[in-house]
Amino acid sequence: MGRLALSRLGGLVTTLLLSSLVIFGSLYLAPGSPEDVLFGSRTPSAATRAAVRRQLHLNQPLPVRYWDWLTGVLHGDLGRSMVTGQTVSSRVGDGLGVTLALVALSMLLVVLFGVGLGTAAALRPGPVDSAANTVTSVTVAVPPFVASTLLISGFAVHLGWFPASGIGTGALGELRGLVLPACALAVINCGFLARITRNALREQLAREHVQTALVRGLPRWAVLRDHVFRNAVPPIVTAVALLTSGMFASTLVVETAFAVPGIGMLTISSVAQKDFPVVQAVSLLLVAAFVICNAASDLIQALVDPRLRTAGRTA
Amino acid sequence: MTVTLDHPPATAPGRPATPGRLARARTALGGSGSAAALFLLAVLLVALAAPLLAPYNPDLQSLLDAYAGPSGAHLLGTDGLGRDLLSRLMFGARTSLLGPALVVSVALLVGIPLALAAAWFGGLVHALVARIFDLVYALPGLLLAVLAVALFGPGLVPAVAALSIAYVPFLARIVLAAARQQRVNPYVDALCVQGFGAVRIAVRHILRNIAPVVVGQAAIAFGYALLDLASLSYLGLAVQAPTADWGVMVSDSNALMGGYWLPILAPGLLIVLSVLSLTVVGARISGERPQPYLRRRSRTRPTGAAA
Amino acid sequence: MSTSQPKAAQPEASPQRTPLLEISGLTVRLAPGAAGGGAAKPVLDGIDLSLAPGEALGLVGESGSGKSMTVRAVTRLLPPGAELDGAIRFEGRDVAAMTPAELRGYRDSGVGMVFQDPRAHINPTRRIGAFLTEALIRNRGISRRTARGRAAAVLAEVGIDDPVRRLRQYPHELSGGMLQRVMIASVLLADPRLILADEPTTALDVTIQAEVVGILDRLRRERGLGMVFITHDLDLALAVCGRVAVMYAGRIVEIREAEALHQRAAHPYTLGLLGSRPSIDARAERLNAVPGRPLSAFEAGPGCAFADRCAHARTVCQATRPELEPFRGGLVRCHRVAEISMQEATA
Repeated sequence: MGRLALSRLGGLVTTLLLSSLVIFGSLYLAPGSPEDVLFGSRTPSAATRAAVRRQLHLNQPLPVRYWDWLTGVLHGDLGRSMVTGQTVSSRVGDGLGVTLALVALSMLLVVLFGVGLGTAAALRPGPVDSAANTVTSVTVAVPPFVASTLLISGFAVHLGWFPASGIGTGALGELRGLVLPACALAVINCGFLARITRNALREQLAREHVQTALVRGLPRWAVLRDHVFRNAVPPIVTAVALLTSGMFASTLVVETAFAVPGIGMLTISSVAQKDFPVVQAVSLLLVAAFVICNAASDLIQALVDPRLRTAGRTA
Repeated sequence: MTVTLDHPPATAPGRPATPGRLARARTALGGSGSAAALFLLAVLLVALAAPLLAPYNPDLQSLLDAYAGPSGAHLLGTDGLGRDLLSRLMFGARTSLLGPALVVSVALLVGIPLALAAAWFGGLVHALVARIFDLVYALPGLLLAVLAVALFGPGLVPAVAALSIAYVPFLARIVLAAARQQRVNPYVDALCVQGFGAVRIAVRHILRNIAPVVVGQAAIAFGYALLDLASLSYLGLAVQAPTADWGVMVSDSNALMGGYWLPILAPGLLIVLSVLSLTVVGARISGERPQPYLRRRSRTRPTGAAA
Repeated sequence: MSTSQPKAAQPEASPQRTPLLEISGLTVRLAPGAAGGGAAKPVLDGIDLSLAPGEALGLVGESGSGKSMTVRAVTRLLPPGAELDGAIRFEGRDVAAMTPAELRGYRDSGVGMVFQDPRAHINPTRRIGAFLTEALIRNRGISRRTARGRAAAVLAEVGIDDPVRRLRQYPHELSGGMLQRVMIASVLLADPRLILADEPTTALDVTIQAEVVGILDRLRRERGLGMVFITHDLDLALAVCGRVAVMYAGRIVEIREAEALHQRAAHPYTLGLLGSRPSIDARAERLNAVPGRPLSAFEAGPGCAFADRCAHARTVCQATRPELEPFRGGLVRCHRVAEISMQEATA
């Protein structure tokens, strides 16, 4: 099992490295020289240009620049913003906390409602199942930006229960400010998780070993807990990890819609301001979160199945 | 020693002839699938015929009529600049469909040959291609599009280009898995022995056999690409105002804050319905059937020696 | 009362002892839509069976004959929506009328079932020890240590080496034959009075089959358990059981003592099954098969279910349904059984 974890970890690191290469290298894909991109629409004087070139070592060969950048990132030096001049890490630091809180709150909602709905659908076939199926069919088609608009329109503008933008001060204010964005992120994922839960549970309910448990006189709740749910947990947990990774990408939209100061909104505003070092840094962070969650889901899948763990020794 | 085979029992007389293609398609799609397909067809027609069907020029402003409700003159009312909402929705269908169509087309054009090659040659080629797919798949499409826009400026082209790259693995992996399954079928070896070339076998036979799966997944990918591009347009990164586009129209914050819900709800609803329809139709085409193809089994009686 | 015996020719069930299991007029219909839409489909059509304590009864038939459904009805493990007519009595108690608590008790300590494919019927994510002890711990409140001790003892009885180590292993680490022994061990642990074995060896290699059947037979005899042994292999049933019932299209077409079945089988279907077994001694140009395919109960017409495939069928066979009647020491469901036997005798 250690070998398995190690190989997965190796894959994770490789993917992260290659992704960082892509993000770093993208700077050179754009038309013009790198410093043109960095300056964006600003036209600096020749002296400033030369200074920046020296400071960012743009006269060094490519691999050296990549290495410098990478080692810098690993040390927490994410470069400097071209707009504000302050270090990127300071801008990112607060935003990261907000985004993590948002994703955590949202995933909580997803798990509660998604697993709940899926379980109800699996254990009560017939009208409950059909109703749940209809609901999930619709929710999986509602993208976060539509959900954001609906929620703002309904709960913020009309009812005024929650702020339409920004997060408040203090823990409670912040929480209030995160509720609607969290719901917007959760809608589409609830649908997915509900379906996956329902299918996993239905698949286990149809398994023969459940019949064995029943025919031995075990009470229904024990059979559900020890044989149905227990076996259905791996695909559900795997799905949760995958959905979390996708959620990080969706923060780009939702944070902007609600003006929540997380790294998603930071990315979009940096793009608008053509502040490329910031874009690079937060892209790397979002990709890292995305990749780590995917890898976690792979790892969980491998770990929980005892057949893969003990590598199939037969007596 | 002769070997005799039991012939399958003859069908009872009076069984209807093989149903026509339309009827078969309807059965395969099921009730919801047929409704979804009809909806998509309607949207496509409107998009194509928008210049003929739309009552107004979508860019025609009339500030006096801003945010007017539905009326005889404007069936769905107007938006913040007095432009007719219905016309903008109709023209919006064009951009909303064009982007995903490009994304899926490019992804298929790049992905299918790669996947077929990997499935055919196996070994090192397959390993290499699979690794590349894994890497690209590991990057979220939305983020790649944002990067592209950061580099090249906002617009449909950078967004579509980035998303096309991002969607290649999504489609190609499915093609790859299905093609690999086909590859090991005896008929492929039979065709090889007969002297047909690899490309011919791959395209005329393997691809044709896996077509339902590929088309179905392409429809689903179309839906997801629609969502991604609409999200990007909402952020002002793909299609931009004042172009009429469903994603752009949803981002009308003045309407949002002012409590005018129709100008933002209508395009949002169209997006949701389109994606829903695409997912349903795509799932049906790629092989999830709601019920067995032949609803009623023909009544057969075994032949026997009844004296 | 359950001791009334309408069928006189039940050689082993003496009138005084309550039968261990008594099935009368059992008819089971699957839920509408389960087998292709429409009305409820019968899969069992008037089954009558009786089993004395300690007796081994074989249930033989092809796919669709209803043999598995019969034992599922005995444990009330039918698919959702299935309807059940008739009576099933275990030691005199009506199984269909049991409350959920009584049913659990009955399933726990009265009857035990050995399934066909052990790998599918044991939870792959839990260890063998957990599988064996869960019923003891939960149903009878026995401590884990005691339960594990008993489990190890029974594993040794069924011939598994190093039982304590096996308790900690997962099902995928054991071969099919060993898993079936584990399944048998789990049934024995519960110490039931009746064992239902549903094709216990079909999923196993032929060489393992004999061992597993041998274990089952030995333990049954040692503990004096009743057993219903389902198989499609007629020879196996004749070797293991005292009486054998042949099923076709959801009905019993013949019941007879095992030794008698060889010489004095009377029903054309049984004769067909006996005659279609390939023999390693005799040379044959062509295998004798019973023409056509086996039917399920809902596909049968108003007359004898076997009529379409029977070489001896007459109009009466297509028209009216035959009943189980005594013939030559057993029971046979055939209109023309007397004439057919005479033909066979003179042939």
